[in-house]
Amino acid sequence: MPDNANAMPRPGQRHYVAPPEDVKVEVVDALDASEAPSSMWREAWREMRHRPLFWASAVLIALVVTASVVPSLFTPVDPTSCNLDNSLGAPTSGHIFGFDKQGCDIYARTIYGAQASVLVGVLATVFVTILGTVVGAVAGYYGGWFDTILSRITDIFFAVPLVLAAIVIMSLAATRTSLVVATVLALFGWTSIARITRGAVLSVKNNEFVTAAKALGMGRGAILVKHVLPNSSAPIIVYSTVALGVFIVAEATLSFLGIGLPLSTVSWGGDLNKGQVSIRVAPEIMIYPATALALTVLGFIMLGDVVRDALDPKARKR
Amino acid sequence: MLWYIGRRLLQVIPVFLGATLLLYALVFLRPGDPVAALGGDRGLPPAAEAAIRDAYHLNEPFIVQYLYYLKGIFTLDMGVTFTGRPVVEVIAQALPVTFQLAAMAIVFETVFGIGFGLFAGLRKGKIFDSAVLVWSLLLIALPTFVVGFVLQIVVGVQLGWLPVTAGRDPDFVSLLMPAIVLASVSFAYILRLTRTSVVENVTADFVRTARAKGLPRDKVVTRHVLRNSLIPVVTFVGADLGNLMAGSIVTEGIFNINGVGGTLYNAIIRGENVTVVSLTTVLVVFYIVANLLVDLLYAVLDPRIRYA
Amino acid sequence: MTTTITLTDGSTEDVPVVEPKPDARSPLLEIKDLRISFTTASGTVDAVRGVDLTVYPGQSVAIVGESGSGKSTTAHAIIDLLPGTGKVTGGSIMFGGRELIGLKRKETEDLRGREIGLVPQDPMSNLNPVWRIGTQIDEALVANGFPGSKAERTARVAELLGEAGLPDAARRARQYPHEFSGGMRQRALIAIGLASRPKLLIADEPTSALDVTVQKKILDHLEGLTADLGTAVLFITHDLGLAAERAEHLIVMYKGKIVESGPAVQILQDPQHEYTKRLVASAPSLASRRIQSAHERGTEADDLLAEHADEVETTAPDVVVAKDLTKVFQIRGSRPGSHSEFTAVDSIDFTLPKGHTLALVGESGSGKSTAANMVLGLLEPTSGTVMFDGKDVAKLSRKEQFALRRRVQPVFQNPYGSLDPLFSVYRSIEEPLVLHRVGDRKSREARVRELLDMVSLPQATMRRFPNELSGGQRQRIAIARALALKPEVLVLDEAVSALDVLVQAQILTLLNDLQAELGLSYLFITHDLAVVRQIADLVAVMKDGSIVEQATTDEVFDNPQQEYTRDLLAAIPGASLEIGG
Repeated sequence: MPDNANAMPRPGQRHYVAPPEDVKVEVVDALDASEAPSSMWREAWREMRHRPLFWASAVLIALVVTASVVPSLFTPVDPTSCNLDNSLGAPTSGHIFGFDKQGCDIYARTIYGAQASVLVGVLATVFVTILGTVVGAVAGYYGGWFDTILSRITDIFFAVPLVLAAIVIMSLAATRTSLVVATVLALFGWTSIARITRGAVLSVKNNEFVTAAKALGMGRGAILVKHVLPNSSAPIIVYSTVALGVFIVAEATLSFLGIGLPLSTVSWGGDLNKGQVSIRVAPEIMIYPATALALTVLGFIMLGDVVRDALDPKARKR
Repeated sequence: MLWYIGRRLLQVIPVFLGATLLLYALVFLRPGDPVAALGGDRGLPPAAEAAIRDAYHLNEPFIVQYLYYLKGIFTLDMGVTFTGRPVVEVIAQALPVTFQLAAMAIVFETVFGIGFGLFAGLRKGKIFDSAVLVWSLLLIALPTFVVGFVLQIVVGVQLGWLPVTAGRDPDFVSLLMPAIVLASVSFAYILRLTRTSVVENVTADFVRTARAKGLPRDKVVTRHVLRNSLIPVVTFVGADLGNLMAGSIVTEGIFNINGVGGTLYNAIIRGENVTVVSLTTVLVVFYIVANLLVDLLYAVLDPRIRYA
Repeated sequence: MTTTITLTDGSTEDVPVVEPKPDARSPLLEIKDLRISFTTASGTVDAVRGVDLTVYPGQSVAIVGESGSGKSTTAHAIIDLLPGTGKVTGGSIMFGGRELIGLKRKETEDLRGREIGLVPQDPMSNLNPVWRIGTQIDEALVANGFPGSKAERTARVAELLGEAGLPDAARRARQYPHEFSGGMRQRALIAIGLASRPKLLIADEPTSALDVTVQKKILDHLEGLTADLGTAVLFITHDLGLAAERAEHLIVMYKGKIVESGPAVQILQDPQHEYTKRLVASAPSLASRRIQSAHERGTEADDLLAEHADEVETTAPDVVVAKDLTKVFQIRGSRPGSHSEFTAVDSIDFTLPKGHTLALVGESGSGKSTAANMVLGLLEPTSGTVMFDGKDVAKLSRKEQFALRRRVQPVFQNPYGSLDPLFSVYRSIEEPLVLHRVGDRKSREARVRELLDMVSLPQATMRRFPNELSGGQRQRIAIARALALKPEVLVLDEAVSALDVLVQAQILTLLNDLQAELGLSYLFITHDLAVVRQIADLVAVMKDGSIVEQATTDEVFDNPQQEYTRDLLAAIPGASLEIGG
């Protein structure tokens, strides 16, 4: 309505010019040199450092991993030297958690049990991350027939629930070592990572920096490895961390059902299995391995949470 | 919408065939000879062994055996248990209680999960939110059987509020505790998922538009924030049914419920492989069908899917 | 009493006038010394620092500013819709003689929609995807106490949609947002904003996500509608030309403060504040001539311009020639087995003379980017040829094609997507050199430093990462990367479209200087005709995959031959304004 322009401005609408010293007009698009350069990873680290939850999970994980690698650091007692005379014995000095039904030292068994959980968890996670990332990345990046076939295969494996499939295979398995349990869990646990990777790759591959790399004449494989995969890694890392906790729970469940690791292997799941016989008389026997198990899983799940918050640019903006 | 349903139904067929083939192959490929094992150390008389091999088509090639197995699924003929009862009969008897338990668990986990998740999401960063988040982490970290035992001892034995085990023909009250145990992990996941999507949707542009047009707050929350947050939750509930099944094995085992899970639990413990495989097949089929239903529900919730 | 509203489809309709014209002498909205701050992890940020603003009944006022100037924050504070941690820390907002700051929630909810409506910025994200369009308008009616039955409301919803310029409104109301185009969604949002006949409508960049011709249609319609209804409009926009064209009073904001305000025409013709002056000088919609290179700036401008135009037609050899270029995509239908063909580019011809700029202009879906991707060798043409330096690109061997990559390089639109966020600036610019095995480590580093100088960034920038840089800085890095291999042709695909005006002007000047210095040829892809005038020597206007008009820039602007080109030119915001000084 510029036709009114010549009319007298109304109160509150007279021509106003801010005094120059009031608002300093800065150089357009100047570079802020005050802060040190930092990559996305360094930003994420800076973000995580300030979270108490991060340190809590880091301490938990460090303790569990140390216990699984050098259990003798925490106890001089051999978890397999049991004396039936001590059956369900009360805590004494040197045996602070007391004894289980077989007369084994519960503290020592709880410490030594970490190894089985961590080993199965780490192995299974490594397997699913490799398998899931490869399948998801190939399906998402190359598309077409690759995608159709790989996605259908993923659907089929996804249709068999992880623990259910593990139960079938493990109940038929001839040997039950950590490697076997981890492989079985990985065989049916990779589908989620494959789907997550596929989704991440699909969204990254449409970025203009990928097109720019193509325009430079870079090969498809090189672009996938150099640009697409690194930029898809955040959700994969987050999921893998959480999956580690989930696999530890799955292993414990299988061992608890008596089809995971054999009872001769010291494991939390196995001890819980043995403990349920005397649950009414001595429930505390089960508390120690259960707490150890829960704290370990908690450590990894909390870490996954913190890492996700740190890597998610959307969460950071808020 | 019809095209969507049709396409989704078509997709189920290869998944069903693939999944059953996978299960069957795993059983088929297991080491050792099951028939020879039947006879123990002395071995079966050759004639009896041959008869069994014929009866179970064990001399046929793998793929033919698989087709017999498929036929068995469709004609509801899945062999007999160690005690000689047909597997189908066992399942038919066990199903109702499992359905009741699963239904109760799903109601618990969705109602409370969505409820707590919504309130936590709306109060992001407040004490309620943090407390609920810590609680959910704890539940996820605790395996189902640990939660089960703890509740059994505390609520069942020490407080005596609820029956410790369910036993035969359980009623609503005796299924209450198992259902809560079964729902616990999924409850935590649903809570966290709801919270995340609520937090995301609260700041969404369309929510601001809804507020700008003068909608009262409770309507903004229910019709825009909650309604849209349900979409990922429904997808999750579908995928999570598998965990619910695995959980029912442990839960029904602990609480001594004669459902599908409890039967499977006992079969695992006794090493009855035929029963384990048959029951698992049934569960996988249920899982596939349930996921199909969830996908259709998803299409109802999200109009964009119907036309995709 | 009724008033007659003319709908875009030509029909007319009687609408009851809501109230007698309000007293036009007392302000409808009066903001005094408004202060707003946000709490972040690193402390409090003052987003709005003492803003005064007055809107009279029925008047249209515009707040103009770049991103981060506080213009949207100011507007959202009026209806208490500040995002996140935003809080009003001081000042007053009087609306119709009533203080709005500190209202109870219920009072604010009553105010929203009924007294003050909002038309938000992005039509894609502002409608809830799970509800029908009609339902979302109906909600506004119910919430604001529309008297009447369900059937009457349904009729009213259709009426409102029709009024917003949507044909076949009753059927449209039953559709979902994803079935609507951007322009249609924006019309639905306008219908929502005006559903309860508010006295004030806040229009927050209401059309910036739309094509210019659609933008013009919708803004014209909105202007007519609000004029008829007597609604005051508060425009929020980054586009000075658009603001001046649509509002009588302008408020220019910069870094949370008002730098200048007053009658629109006066500000445009005689800007006083240094910032406003810059803004007026940079606004592409107001610029009337090509940007001159640094070299040209030294000499008499008019002569050079004339010389420039001559050159196009006579001397320069053609570096890129597209002949009969066609691209057909197969679209998979929703039904299994069904698919259709979509001709994105339909046998187009164009030539890019060496050392010049050819602009491919068109709205979304015109096929301009597809054409660019074929020139870049990223898409294979369905038929037709791209000749580079007289050689058919499709007939080159793999090795020759790889070598060709060095000579044609792209710069893309999105400054956030065009650099790998995990690569440092140094790695990003060095990547082409490594890939094409140019020089050793030392010489490559020297080249990276040289390139940063060329795009006027300090050399220390090379240790930084994209997330630390602004959009304009990222775009400079993208240009440096594209120049690393000393190409002859740059394909600039909407390269400045996502930038603020001042930054945009700066990048355009940089591109122009580089062209003069290095003899580059540019294929400039844009939807924005205003920018074309600043940078291009030749223009090809595209519509639905075809080139409808092709000529020198001056010819296209001064003497457009096609109806469509004329529409496009008329749709440039501020095209009708005459600016002195």
